[in-house]
Amino acid sequence: MDLTQTLEIATCTDPGMVRSHNEDSIAADPANGLVVLADGMGGYNAGEVASGMATTVIVTEMRQILSNAKPYEVDQKNNQEIAARMVREQVLKANTSIYQAAQSQPQYAGMGTTLVVALFYDNRLLVAHLGDSRLYILRDNKFKQVTRDHSLLQEQIDSGIITPEQAKKAAHKNLVTKALGIDPTVEPEIHEYPTKPGDIYLLCSDGLCDMVDDEDIGMTLQTLGANLKLAAQQLVQMANDNGGRDNVSVILVRVLREYPGAKGVMAKMFAWLK
Amino acid sequence: MAKLILSMDGLVLKEIPLTKERTTIGRKPHNDIQIDNLAVSGEHAVIVTILNDSFLEDLGSTNGTVVNGSPIKKHFLQNNDVVELGKYKLKFVGEAAPAASGEKADFEKTMVLRPSAMKAAAAAAGAAGGGAQAALAQRQAAVQAAAASAQATLADKDAGTKPAPAPAPAAAAPAPAAAAPAAAPAPAPANRAGGQPLGAIQLLSGGNAGKELELTKPLTTLGKPGVQVAVLTRRPQGYFITHVEGTKRPSVNGQEIGAAPHSLKDHDVIELAGIKMEFFLKA
Repeated sequence: MDLTQTLEIATCTDPGMVRSHNEDSIAADPANGLVVLADGMGGYNAGEVASGMATTVIVTEMRQILSNAKPYEVDQKNNQEIAARMVREQVLKANTSIYQAAQSQPQYAGMGTTLVVALFYDNRLLVAHLGDSRLYILRDNKFKQVTRDHSLLQEQIDSGIITPEQAKKAAHKNLVTKALGIDPTVEPEIHEYPTKPGDIYLLCSDGLCDMVDDEDIGMTLQTLGANLKLAAQQLVQMANDNGGRDNVSVILVRVLREYPGAKGVMAKMFAWLK
Repeated sequence: MAKLILSMDGLVLKEIPLTKERTTIGRKPHNDIQIDNLAVSGEHAVIVTILNDSFLEDLGSTNGTVVNGSPIKKHFLQNNDVVELGKYKLKFVGEAAPAASGEKADFEKTMVLRPSAMKAAAAAAGAAGGGAQAALAQRQAAVQAAAASAQATLADKDAGTKPAPAPAPAAAAPAPAAAAPAAAPAPAPANRAGGQPLGAIQLLSGGNAGKELELTKPLTTLGKPGVQVAVLTRRPQGYFITHVEGTKRPSVNGQEIGAAPHSLKDHDVIELAGIKMEFFLKA
């Protein structure tokens, strides 16, 4: 099912005001309802290599698979939908590619990337993430963070050592506990959420949420929601106006209408009978 | 390296650097910091240090642990916090920062943290960027302080008083002299954003003619949703108007604006959804 008419997608990425190059990578495949954002790390230009590999591998592999299968198809073996497995496998594939490149080529040693992948299908959204790149949702004028960072700071907040207010002052915002391409294997966090027409989803790198308060991001989406492209540019501009200390990347996705999986009544009956 | 300064009745007794991940405080001799006083429990409290952050935790002591006058169970230690144990005082001093700015930028980059790498990272942080993080925290504090005072300046202006000059960042932040040069570049944008004159629009036609709207928010939308909407953005460089939706674009001084944000000057006349309004800067 082609989702080009169902999802409105706007993207914007910028090196920021301090860094000379952009280590973030973004990719979107509107027809398949797939968006990917990665924030690379590692010396010289290895960061952009890692993030670039992550987005490219995931988008091309997913496109390949989605041309033959539907995410909501049910796996006969374990009676589960294949979407989560599909995304997980591609994330692992990207992990292996980056890890091997980092191992085999000295100039890429130690490179890695954060990742957030969103796959829209059957009135739902599947999110896989690693590290501190985030997904937010704006629904009924309420703006909320969906993913939870894999970072030292978040772990400290969770264990009650520090409060979110103290976290804003903490110096080690930059330490992530999970990333793609660092270890031979990795387990992405995967969740599924129902979507509603009118929802706006924001994927962003930490260059946005470190520089701009969630409140201001939410306000921007509320006021400029009518013009997604402008909203994306505005968010990047706000991060830069506040100092732009890191690369800033933004992907906005608006759900325009329902997009149920093309399951026939017969197919449903059949699945139910089994 | 952060440290604690132990004192009693204003007399400094000892300086204790926080080198270990866990530094225990208590009356019994096996503690890292032994305070031989009956008001102090055998195992009174512990300070857990992770990279450059230190957390104080009370270990269920009889008389409790007090930080800056309030009893705590768990506390994220900030520079100059004073921990009271009976008659004894422990002052927490974060690190002074004679760090090169290059290291700082590097350290701000996203890094992955693995359990195995954690010790190495801590060591590297201590050796190379040790001071950098403290400087960074101070710089952030300086930005916040500068922004806060800049806002205060604005509030003054709103009240009609003469605006005070933008406060010097070094004065606004309790940063040690060593960190002051590092603090200088960062607060600048914040100062500009706050120090810029406040803009407002006054409606010139329509039912609400004469009405005035102050542009205090970073974004203000104007127009009728579904017909024609524009947004006024407040940026360090000044105010801009951008077309958001509708087939017709707003015009400024009779000229229709393009797709890009259009910079607004004092006394520009905007026409939007059939209504004229004047943009002006408040003195």
